[in-house]
Formats: sequence, C-alpha cells, structure tokens
Amino acid sequence: MKPEDSKVMRLQDAVEKYVTEGCHLSIGGFTLNRNPMAAVYEIIRQKTRDLHVYAHSNGQGVDELIGGGCVSRLEIAYGGTGKFMSTCIRFKKAVQEQAITVEDYSNFQMTLRFLAGAMGIAFLPTRSSLGTDIISKWGFPEEFREQHDRIPNQKLVVMDNPFDGWCDTKRVVLVPAIIPDVTIIHVQMADFRGNCRIEGLTFADVEQAKAAKTLIITCEELLDDDYLKTDPDRNQIPFIHADAVVKVPFGAYPTACYRYYDYDAAYMNAYARAAKNDDAYQQYLTEYIFDCPTHTHLLDKVGRGRVESILADKNRGYAKHLDRK
Amino acid sequence: MDYTLKELMTICAAREIKNGDIVFCGTGISMLAAMAAKNINAPDSVIFFETGAIDSKLEDIPLAVADPRIMYHTSANGGLMEAFCTMQNPMSGARIVGILGAAQIDIYGNLNSTVIGEYEAPAVRFSGSGGACDVASFVSRSIIFMKMEKRKFKKKLDYLTSPGYLDGPEGREKAGLPPGGPDKVITDMGVMGFDEHTRQMFLIGCFPGITPDRILDNMEFEIRTDRAVEIAVPTQTELTLLREKCDPHSLIL
Repeated sequence: MKPEDSKVMRLQDAVEKYVTEGCHLSIGGFTLNRNPMAAVYEIIRQKTRDLHVYAHSNGQGVDELIGGGCVSRLEIAYGGTGKFMSTCIRFKKAVQEQAITVEDYSNFQMTLRFLAGAMGIAFLPTRSSLGTDIISKWGFPEEFREQHDRIPNQKLVVMDNPFDGWCDTKRVVLVPAIIPDVTIIHVQMADFRGNCRIEGLTFADVEQAKAAKTLIITCEELLDDDYLKTDPDRNQIPFIHADAVVKVPFGAYPTACYRYYDYDAAYMNAYARAAKNDDAYQQYLTEYIFDCPTHTHLLDKVGRGRVESILADKNRGYAKHLDRK
Repeated sequence: MDYTLKELMTICAAREIKNGDIVFCGTGISMLAAMAAKNINAPDSVIFFETGAIDSKLEDIPLAVADPRIMYHTSANGGLMEAFCTMQNPMSGARIVGILGAAQIDIYGNLNSTVIGEYEAPAVRFSGSGGACDVASFVSRSIIFMKMEKRKFKKKLDYLTSPGYLDGPEGREKAGLPPGGPDKVITDMGVMGFDEHTRQMFLIGCFPGITPDRILDNMEFEIRTDRAVEIAVPTQTELTLLREKCDPHSLIL
C-alpha cells in the first residue's frame, strides 16, 4: 500500500468533515449489536443538528442521536433494543411530542431501499405491506415532498404486476432508493484503505455502505497492507466504497461486537432508566458524552473492570457468563 | 401444579410448533417459545431470525434478535436481505411459522405495533413494524401473543401495521398478498383461532379457572365461544425443560 492511499483519520475529524448539519445519515448495526456508538457519541458531542436519519432497526444508536438533539427527520422500521427498551425511550418521547418527523417502513422495505441505492436503481418491488397503513399513512406529506428534492414524491407505490400474474403475483409495492450522504458502520477489521471484514451477521451494513455518498468505517482492528486480502472470502466491503477509516477499539460499546465483546447490560439498563426522565437524561449526556472528550474517556469512566466483564469468549463470540439481568 | 401464566402461554405456543417448521421469532416470549419447542416437542424445528441467522443453537437465551448469542453455531450467518428473501420466497416461506406480538389486534388478526391515536400526532408511540409486517405478509401461518385487555382487542385498529386477513375471507388475495395469515392468538386467559370460512377470530379454549364470558369482557368485539374447551395445563416435563434448559436465569420468565 502506498501511504497516500490511506484513509485513516481521527474520529473527530471524520465526523466534523462528513457529518454536517442537515445531512442525510444512516448507521449500521441492529438494536443492541454493532451500532457505531463511538461515532454516534462524537456526533452528539459536536452538536450536529437537523439530521435526516434512515434506520431499519438501529436501536441504541438512533435513540441516542435523537436524545442528543441531533435528529429532525427519521425514516425507520423499528425503534427498540429488545429487553432493554421494547420501544426506544427518547425516540418515543420525541415522536409523541412531535419534536421529530417520523415515517414508518418495514425492515425488509428499508433493506431493499438501501439495496436500491447500492444498485443505482430508483426503486425495487416487494410483496410486503400490501393492505396496511404502512402504505396509506405518510410521515412526510405531499407538499413537504414537493419542496424537498432529497425526498421522493411518494412514500410507496402499489403497482399491478406488469408480467401478468407471473410468479403467482398480482400486485407489488415499489420502495424508493435511499442514498444517504453518509453511512457509518462499525466492523471487526478494516485496513488502511477501507477494505472491511465483518464477523457474524452483517445486518444491512453492506447495502447501507454501498448506497452512501460517503462511507465512514470505524473498526476494532486496523490492519496493515494486504492482511485482509490474504483471506478475501471473509471480506464484505472493498475499499473502493470507503472514505474514512478510524480505529476505535470498543467502538460499538455499549452495543455488542461479535467475537470481541458482548453488550453491556448494566449500561443499557442504566441508560433506559435515565432516558425516562429529562433531568436524569441531561445528567447522562453531560457525564457520559460531553464530559468525555473521546470514547476512551467514556470507557475509563465506565471502568475497565466492567469492560473486561463483557469480553467475548472467542469460541462462542459472546460473554458466556455475563450477568444480563 | 405450580406454573405462571407466562410459562403456560410459552408452552401453548411451543405446542403449535412441529418438527420441520422453520420458526421466525421476535424478542422476548416469542424467542422463548421457539426454544421451548426445540427442547420439548419439536427437536427438528429450525430457529430463524430476521437479522439473518438460521438454525441457531441458542445455548443461552438471546435478549434481542441481534444478540450475538443467535450467531453462534448456525447453518449460515447472513443479513436482513437473506432473511427476508427466505420469507418472501414461497418455497421456503411456506415452511415458516411466525411468532409475533402487538399492541392491538382486531377480529381478523390484523396487528398494530406502531401508534395509539393519530399517526401524525400519536398519544402513544410504539417500536413500529420492524420485520413484523414482512413476516405477516409472507409466511404461511403465524402465532400471536396478546394480553387480554379491551384496549388491545379492538373493533378498529389505530394503525394497521401487520396484515392478518385484512377485511375478511378474500382480503389478502384482493390486496395482492400471498396466502397465509394468523393461525392462533395466545393470551393470558386462553387461546383463539380463526374460522376457515369467515376468517374471524373464535375461542378455541380457556385456561383453567377462566370462563368464556371473562374473555369476552376483555375484548371490544364479540367472538364465537361455542367451540371452547379447557386448555391442557403444562406437564411437569414441559415445565422442567422450559425452566432449566431454556431460561435458567429467568431473564424472560
């Protein structure tokens, strides 16, 4: 590798350069797993406002972005993190108070929308959601869509199968492509140029990465030269899609990173408690985000003992004996 | 015998799962029901997650569908695209049983997991569809967990997130959905099914000590109760396997 090919940056610089006010953002991961949390905390710290966020079920990361006051518009399938928050709490509050505008899709629809973006095609068809309010109820009204050229003129379009019943299909729903300004993903391994290796489930990270105009990668391990290319069958994203690579050990914390660490149940429970109360939440933001200049500071604040307790058993990929109550 | 309602509901759902079924499960009790079936009555059922894991071993109970515990010892770890294509494809989708929950249900088994009140200005916001609408759209049958309350069994849903039989016998076909639909509703008072002609919910059976009238008192709409029988209580073997093999630390139960 030539040194000039390196896309390695500091997290502060990557976020400052690419995640700008009003930009359209998607983040990788799913509910309590592999959310790019270090980047999410940096966005909150930089007080970036008016984001338009695309989410399938990004859980913890989306809830914290909303709680941090960064989000104005949200296209989403699911706001929850499983047992810790059956409905994401700051998300719920922001929607009920109409502090953000939300538009609902299904997980498959959001995945197809990212894939359409990645394919460079305007829309893709599915049979999901026919007859439901996901089609009939729009979060962004027609006039709003007309005024905003980054939002398609319609939410979803139902169309008769033009192949006349082929594959026993009478009708399909067309879902429009998503082209985020920025996608941020957290992966187990990346190299200096931005080749990526994801272990365990990929969720929709690959589609999200390839749909975006700019891709920021945070990684547990930053590798030199051709290490990832010696075993290419295990890589998912080639460097040609990447714009910035940042090494952030525990960069998904408090969400999990398969084969590296588990989710921190104690953090997620404490977060959910704080999220229910505005004063407690302000205190959480101050102590864990604004008073921690970097992710390392946040990890130090939590305490190395806690962080060690979630280290994954390499064989199973999670912390077998973690107390998850 | 001593058992909790949650244990009874979990075992009722597990009994609906047969060997060879591919079981789509969501978070919480639905995941536990799939694990119970695998450990009790359907060892050759396959556990499947929308996040892309198929045939997870589940040595330990996951707390979300993206828990790293579902990634261990699977047939393949993919992503959302693979999982939802498997459901939409009728060749594999026909073998899938979905287990779902919701905030509201109507007489045709349509579900709301999005909002109470107006969509634009909701009184209560829930998590939203996630993969539930996709599962309800695609798979051959689904089992739904619900708590018996008037505000949950609604004449009209505030928002239709996941399709059941829509407006009746031809509802799905008219809308262009594949066949399939809800099969059972498992509540904390009894179990409901759907009539094969009217596609309306009816009472299959009550839990011990519960009368059909008590169930009707907890619903906004009327259902037929003339076919109701008493549901068999969990056996000691079912309870032991559920408690000791599936959820030994009582994370869900």
